[in-house]
Amino acid sequence: MSLTPAELTSAVSGGIGSSPQRPDGNLKVRGEFAYASDLWHEDMIWGATLRSPHPYARIVSIDLTEALQVPGVYAVLTHQDVPGQNRYGLEHKDQPVLAEEVVRYQGEPVALVGADHPETAQRAMKRIKVEYEVLTPVVDMETAADDTPLHPGGNLVRHVPVRRGDQHAEAEVVVTGRYEVGMQDQAFLGPESGLAVPDEEGGVDLYIATQWLHVDQAQVAAALGLPLEQVRLTLSGVGGAFGGREDLSMQVHACLLALHTGKPTKMVYNREESFYGHVHRHPAVLYYEHGADHTGRLVYVKARIYLDGGAYASSTGAVVANAATLGVGPYDVDNVTVDCWGVYTNNPPCGAMRGFGAVQAGFAYESQMDKLAEALGMDPVDLRIVNAMSEGSVMPTGQVIDSAAPVAQLLKLVKDKPMPPLSTVVDLRDMPGGVSNTTHGEGVVRGVGYAVGIKNICFSEGYDDYSTARVRLQVINGEPAALAHTAAAEVGQGLVTIMQQIVRTELGVERVTILPMDTSIGNGGSTSASRQTYVTGGAVKAACAAVREKLAKLAASRDLSAVDIAGTDLTGVDLAELLGDEVIDETVEWRHRATEPIDPETGQGNAHVQYGFAAHRAVVDVDVELGLVKVVELDCAQDVGKALNPQAVLGQIQGGSAQGLGLAVMEEIQTAGGKVRNPSFTDYLIPTVLDMPPMSIDVLELADPHAPYGVRGVGEPPTISSTPAIVAAIRAATGLALTRVPVRPEHITGT
Amino acid sequence: MDFLRPDTLAEALALKAQRPDAVPIAGGTDVMVELNFDHRRPAALLDLTRIAELRSWDADGDNGDTVRIGACVPYTRIIEELGERLPGLAMASRTVGSPQIRNRGTVGGNLGAASPAGDTHPVLLAADATVEAASTRGTRLIPATDFYLGVKRNALEPDELITAVHVPATRAPQQFSKVGTRNAMVIAVCSFAVALHPAQNRVGAAVGSAAPTPRRASAAEEFLSAELTSTNQWESPKPLLDSVKRRFGDLVAEAASPIDDVRGSAAYRKHALSVLARRTLGWAWQDYSGKVA
Ligand SMILES: Cc1cc2nc3c(=O)[nH]c(=O)nc-3n(C[C@H](O)[C@H](O)[C@H](O)COP(=O)(O)OP(=O)(O)OC[C@H]3O[C@@H](n4cnc5c(N)ncnc54)[C@H](O)[C@@H]3O)c2cc1C
Repeated sequence: MSLTPAELTSAVSGGIGSSPQRPDGNLKVRGEFAYASDLWHEDMIWGATLRSPHPYARIVSIDLTEALQVPGVYAVLTHQDVPGQNRYGLEHKDQPVLAEEVVRYQGEPVALVGADHPETAQRAMKRIKVEYEVLTPVVDMETAADDTPLHPGGNLVRHVPVRRGDQHAEAEVVVTGRYEVGMQDQAFLGPESGLAVPDEEGGVDLYIATQWLHVDQAQVAAALGLPLEQVRLTLSGVGGAFGGREDLSMQVHACLLALHTGKPTKMVYNREESFYGHVHRHPAVLYYEHGADHTGRLVYVKARIYLDGGAYASSTGAVVANAATLGVGPYDVDNVTVDCWGVYTNNPPCGAMRGFGAVQAGFAYESQMDKLAEALGMDPVDLRIVNAMSEGSVMPTGQVIDSAAPVAQLLKLVKDKPMPPLSTVVDLRDMPGGVSNTTHGEGVVRGVGYAVGIKNICFSEGYDDYSTARVRLQVINGEPAALAHTAAAEVGQGLVTIMQQIVRTELGVERVTILPMDTSIGNGGSTSASRQTYVTGGAVKAACAAVREKLAKLAASRDLSAVDIAGTDLTGVDLAELLGDEVIDETVEWRHRATEPIDPETGQGNAHVQYGFAAHRAVVDVDVELGLVKVVELDCAQDVGKALNPQAVLGQIQGGSAQGLGLAVMEEIQTAGGKVRNPSFTDYLIPTVLDMPPMSIDVLELADPHAPYGVRGVGEPPTISSTPAIVAAIRAATGLALTRVPVRPEHITGT
Repeated sequence: MDFLRPDTLAEALALKAQRPDAVPIAGGTDVMVELNFDHRRPAALLDLTRIAELRSWDADGDNGDTVRIGACVPYTRIIEELGERLPGLAMASRTVGSPQIRNRGTVGGNLGAASPAGDTHPVLLAADATVEAASTRGTRLIPATDFYLGVKRNALEPDELITAVHVPATRAPQQFSKVGTRNAMVIAVCSFAVALHPAQNRVGAAVGSAAPTPRRASAAEEFLSAELTSTNQWESPKPLLDSVKRRFGDLVAEAASPIDDVRGSAAYRKHALSVLARRTLGWAWQDYSGKVA
């Protein structure tokens, strides 16, 4: 097979607003799509990673002698073999490519083996002798800041305070709560994988499944001590990401082995290693106090939020800012006191995952809203509507919401949906416990819960967030054909489909080819923060506009200027005739409007580009005696600004809701003393088809005037409100407080 | 690693006698996971999938009252072909993994692995099944009660293979129930099986995933058997008193000696077992009462 993924051309038509078939769809359904783990190169060797068994230890010595003697071994490398800077990281360069004196988490890479076969590599790895002096790990996020410093400068990664209004406001009704969120995993199905191919001049080509080629490139080049142009990355088939591929995994490792041995080097993690090979969602402890008047109007919200960043910073800083700035939810609150701390511990490193800080806060503030409604004797949806923010509302950061914020409308939509009937016949598949035959109706109580959430879209706090797109137009076989090229990672979300749709709409050509994503073109930015349709979509649209300008000039030179090329309608134009032998090839960088850093003392500032909102209603059946839950319905209403691809929008809402369901009732990486207890899909459970109910979804399209086509990022908001809606429904069924997610059977039965 | 592929049982037994270290592989749904994770590195694999004798079932015993299921009959076939005669085993089979796993996985493999969490074990115990083991030395029948020796340890000798499991056919109600933290494709947090044996005025009951081995809940069995017999309920069943169901549930929970682990707490397992025991007994008894009436 070729290392470079196929160009994706599809014969189907369809511009924006329609749902054409994905160009990679057939390949994926047939099992023919080449994922990164399928990469192959003649004469390649296999890399393996020796990882620390301890959450915190000093490395006393490393003895490679025996490992090097294993026949078939080409190289065994340690930190001493890292030619460049042995430090990387998305926000802080605090993470070694290979550990030096200490290891700070279980699974931290210590040494690499390159061998002729994965088995050989494994065997050699077992012969590396590392002597550790085991240290007492720091594992409690609430006290970590004052505990043994794990990094120079101590264990506080970032503290974000947000202060708005009266800091001493008082209220008639006050509710307080302490909430906990367990460590969720992205659980993408395609494990980390890549192939590094050395060139003749000391450089390297890396084929890799990632979310952001250029940030990988910069980190890899720095670690290898090479100029950027000698480190070229091409996106390989990505089997899901959800934030877990923003940080490096084996990118540098594979390149080190390839450059050291002069041989193409493949690395692929197995499922267990994958759990150690990427960051997870920050576990959180959240303390909230809500004060309201007797009508339910919020007077103040106070929150103290702790996020466990684990051993290395990753994107903890940005996650902290999100939890803090979005910490009161989509509500109008005049008086806000929020403090959010992200800390280092010896737990697994945590970073980006769908919802990014807004998920943890969302569980807590929505639990508080239910508690407040109960204290007031109010309907929980009415209470939310009383306080719902809207266009023109002011965030706790002082930022004015300057496009649609239909929070009340979303809540009404889910509230007004018909209720599912109580089932009259016993079908085990509809029961809590499913076909495991635990109840035929005994102990089953129905509950209904609601939640709404808010998420920032795109990168925030003054980050220069842009994407680069190249569009080329020419006549091929007598037909106008377009080609689009970006470095924006398709990770399964369907960006390639959207790019084709945009080009079809803007240029009026049917045939659109998407080139493989790589670093030969400028930065596409990260596939995260629900931003690619907005930013790379915006860049492709802008590149098409540049092409149209060229077309207009061409028309003028050919004296066809009567045709209005600059307008939106190209249908009357014979592009093939106009173009002739000309090739128009335009590359543009496109930026969304700028944001600002927030004030470090008050958290004030226009930190975010855009806000997304979704609301859920969950209907659950709980077997209150066994503590088992069946989510009967999980309905959602979300504003997406403009549905460029309505089917993809529904897919995102269903997937995001399912991931929220997972966090509500089953998904957690359990740790003890810093060690992961369940690094497998046997014990890290994700929802199956019998756990995830069909959804009724209302999609609003209230265009954002600042965004291309009016789009509003869609991928993350449903992940936020799904979890608290389900937990609210379980509370309604059981009468229990349930302050921790995932809710385990033990929490319901009290055993 | 050698891959041994016998075509007949005799060949397989000869190979196993020569190579007692060879690991049998049937559906491979346990073995392949262990190999992939490098938890096991056997010198040889003994593939049983070509042996026709192991892939069939038949009704044996004096009047066809026992079903002999070849070790390599997959769960899917047990569900489809034996649901009437072996209701408990079919129910347990239905809860194993996913359709893919049920297409490949076998009772022989479940017994070979002897995991305390294996779903068929409580049913085999409650239903008085026997395991047929063979070697070049001969064939023996091991009562399920004597088969499970410890965590993932069973009573097979190194040269033996499981050739079949014998399960008494029945028209009497049996139930199987398992708790897991998702609604499909989940390993048991705890499980329970109950089988009524009206011909012997007796009840079988067993727990899974709640002790180092699957085990019978003997005190619960004895209590309920005595209770039903002394009140003449086998002949004229009446609705069971709640106190009887509760006592049965409590005794089942007492039979367990579970641990705290990632899947659940020991206290939860005991609690859940008592609930499962109460409920499954209720269903089985209601069913029985309907049949007798
Ligand atoms: C995704 C997944 C889900 C699962 N879910 C469940 C579940 O819900 N419930 C459950 O109980 N199990 C489950 N399992 C485990 C497994 O499917 C069962 O234990 C199954 O019964 C094993 O049967 P097999 O034929 O695949 O066994 P194999 O993997 O072929 O063998 C299992 C063991 O038995 C030995 N063995 C096999 N046949 C014989 C024989 N004839 N004589 C002697 N030894 C033999 C093997 O050497 C090995 O040690 C699951 C496994 C997977 C991968």
